[in-house]
Amino acid sequence: MATFHVLIIGGGATGAALAHDLALRGLQVTLVERGEVTSGTTGRHHGLLHSGARYAVKDQESARECIEENMILRRIAPESLELNDGLFVAITEEDVAYRDLFLEGCAQCGIPTRELTREEALRLEPNLSPDLKLAVQVPDGTMDAMRIPLRFLATAKHNGAVIKPFTEVVAILKQGNTVTGVRVRDHRTEKEYEIGADIVVNAAGPWSEKVAAMAGVHVPIQPSPGVLLALRGRLCNMVINRLHRSGDGDIIVPQRGLSVVGTSSWVVEDPDNLPVPEDHVQLMYEKGAEMVPMVKQAPFRAAWSAARPLVGERGATTGRELSRTFKCFDHADEGVEGFVTITGGKATTARGMAETTANVVCQKLGVDAPCRTREVVLLPHTAYYVQPD
Amino acid sequence: MAEQTVQFKVFRYKQGERPSYQTYTVRVDPRTTVLRALEQIRQEQDGTLAFRHSCFHASCGTCGMKVNGQEVLACVTNVLELGTPVVVVEPLDNAPLITDLVVDMGDFYARYQPAGMPMIRESEFLPDSQVPEGVEHHMRLENCIECGLCLSACPVAGSDPLYLGPAALAAAWRMVEEPRGRDPATVLAWVDHEHGCWRCHAAFECSEVCPSNVDPAGAIMALRRELTRRKIGQLFGRR
Ligand SMILES: Cc1cc2nc3c(=O)[nH]c(=O)nc-3n(C[C@H](O)[C@H](O)[C@H](O)COP(=O)(O)OP(=O)(O)OC[C@H]3O[C@@H](n4cnc5c(N)ncnc54)[C@H](O)[C@@H]3O)c2cc1C
Ligand code: SF4
Ligand code: SF4
Ligand code: FES
Repeated sequence: MATFHVLIIGGGATGAALAHDLALRGLQVTLVERGEVTSGTTGRHHGLLHSGARYAVKDQESARECIEENMILRRIAPESLELNDGLFVAITEEDVAYRDLFLEGCAQCGIPTRELTREEALRLEPNLSPDLKLAVQVPDGTMDAMRIPLRFLATAKHNGAVIKPFTEVVAILKQGNTVTGVRVRDHRTEKEYEIGADIVVNAAGPWSEKVAAMAGVHVPIQPSPGVLLALRGRLCNMVINRLHRSGDGDIIVPQRGLSVVGTSSWVVEDPDNLPVPEDHVQLMYEKGAEMVPMVKQAPFRAAWSAARPLVGERGATTGRELSRTFKCFDHADEGVEGFVTITGGKATTARGMAETTANVVCQKLGVDAPCRTREVVLLPHTAYYVQPD
Repeated sequence: MAEQTVQFKVFRYKQGERPSYQTYTVRVDPRTTVLRALEQIRQEQDGTLAFRHSCFHASCGTCGMKVNGQEVLACVTNVLELGTPVVVVEPLDNAPLITDLVVDMGDFYARYQPAGMPMIRESEFLPDSQVPEGVEHHMRLENCIECGLCLSACPVAGSDPLYLGPAALAAAWRMVEEPRGRDPATVLAWVDHEHGCWRCHAAFECSEVCPSNVDPAGAIMALRRELTRRKIGQLFGRR
């Protein structure tokens, strides 16, 4: 088999999982990332290993992807996840009324649930609001937003992939209608050089529209930021979700010695240099405290914003109306060969996104190699920095 | 919120060039962190400025740097609370410099990895909370975020390049304290030498800068006590 060279733009969860998948299939892989790896949306996400329950009523395609990938990650990334499950908590009668729809949605998507009385739930999580009515247990968990992608990258590196952080794509090279590589700027030297490739994959998350524009194609991405609030101290061991239609500040993810409340949702033009609107921070305190009152007293650690790469045309108002599922674009459909974009999705579903994309890439190259990322246990994250470049 | 301008004097280095300092004026509000100010500089004034970041909330450990000479995480260092008209930003010490504020963490991890500490710990949970059905036991990520602040602040690491350093020794102590099925004797043997836990001057600079309550110096003292205890045990055992 001739070795084809695939160049991946973007070192977030998606690019990392794709580098791993393609390296396992025996392809030559180079990944370029303009900053440190995971410096885009990935590192800033909420840290929720989704069970899919959050999307089980309104966005079942995404919910099914989440539960499937949740179970795979438990297998391929052991000892990196806080697997304490999650609770969907009903605080008001309106929340209680949502229960049947929620349980039905979870059942339809294959997400296991366990109904708990108020007392049972309070025994598991004593800091829940005294207004609690009932709760539903689901297989949510906590992941380290950076270290799971590092495990993909460490394994990719081990299998021969070349990872180049601080390397920004400044132009996409074309011969006629075929993409032949990229021009990059190395931020360690500020020198530019070219890298040739048989296929270039755009995995630039909320920046993928900008990157696609360099190749002269359009990707319908709506960058949709959300605010997150980290508090010192663990207020819970399980992930706490509000049992209602997804809204603001309705998830608390415990992680290490922190509790992270999130999130909000609005839309922006530019995913860089995101503001952290003060009213959103206050909303996190208020909404978070409805589930766990101690949110209001816990010492502040950090507040920040991150931009979702939601697939959908601009013009959405809050971003909540857009699906959390992913999309892989083969730009041959618009007349540009050798260029593929993968975007949307969740950090939880990065492996699945990579599988779909690697299938497209292999098919385009005529490579017949099956996906192995469901079984291969990932190297520890420490191996990413220890292995020489 | 009330905005103010602050000067940032930032260490600059590109490979093949001479290091220098460059000053930028930045608008900040009461929530602006050093990390967000650097982002603002990169975005609005100088796209060549390189620094590491990922989580923005003190949990990944990538944004370690020296701010006004002190090792901190840039993402949780509030600019106005520093209270200085000029904020000096420099890369961490005791790690090879790659560019600007970016250091190479390869050496750090090469020393840290052999401790073999799993990311998940088994201790310190909410004491009154029951374990949910279907969950074996509560889990939580370890405290150390591998930021390298301790190593940068450690005077011994500056003078002895072979010193295992505070973070690695703290990880070793975690394996002795909570072996999680591994053999503590192996890790104890790994630290029991002149570049290991006996090298430390015990001035606790590392514990002072640690942003994640690891207390590496305390861990080093605990390793010494444990080794001494075992050696005394062996002496009596042999007799
Ligand atoms: C507030 C918020 C909370 C979230 N919470 C969760 C959660 O709890 N669980 C979950 O599973 N998902 C969560 N998500 C979703 C998840 O974070 C994203 O879906 C995922 O991280 C996207 O990864 P990515 O690799 O596609 O994009 P990114 O991580 O953004 O990666 C793209 C990379 O491309 C790089 N890049 C851009 N332009 C260039 C260029 N020209 N040259 C080189 N590199 C370039 C960027 O620097 C960036 O690192 C959340 C999202 C948000 C916004
Ligand atoms: S206490 Fe020991 S390890 Fe810590 S900084 Fe001082 S010499 Fe280094
Ligand atoms: S011990 Fe503390 S200072 Fe040292 S690397 Fe770990 S978290 Fe950072
Ligand atoms: S950016 Fe993660 S610790 Fe600061």
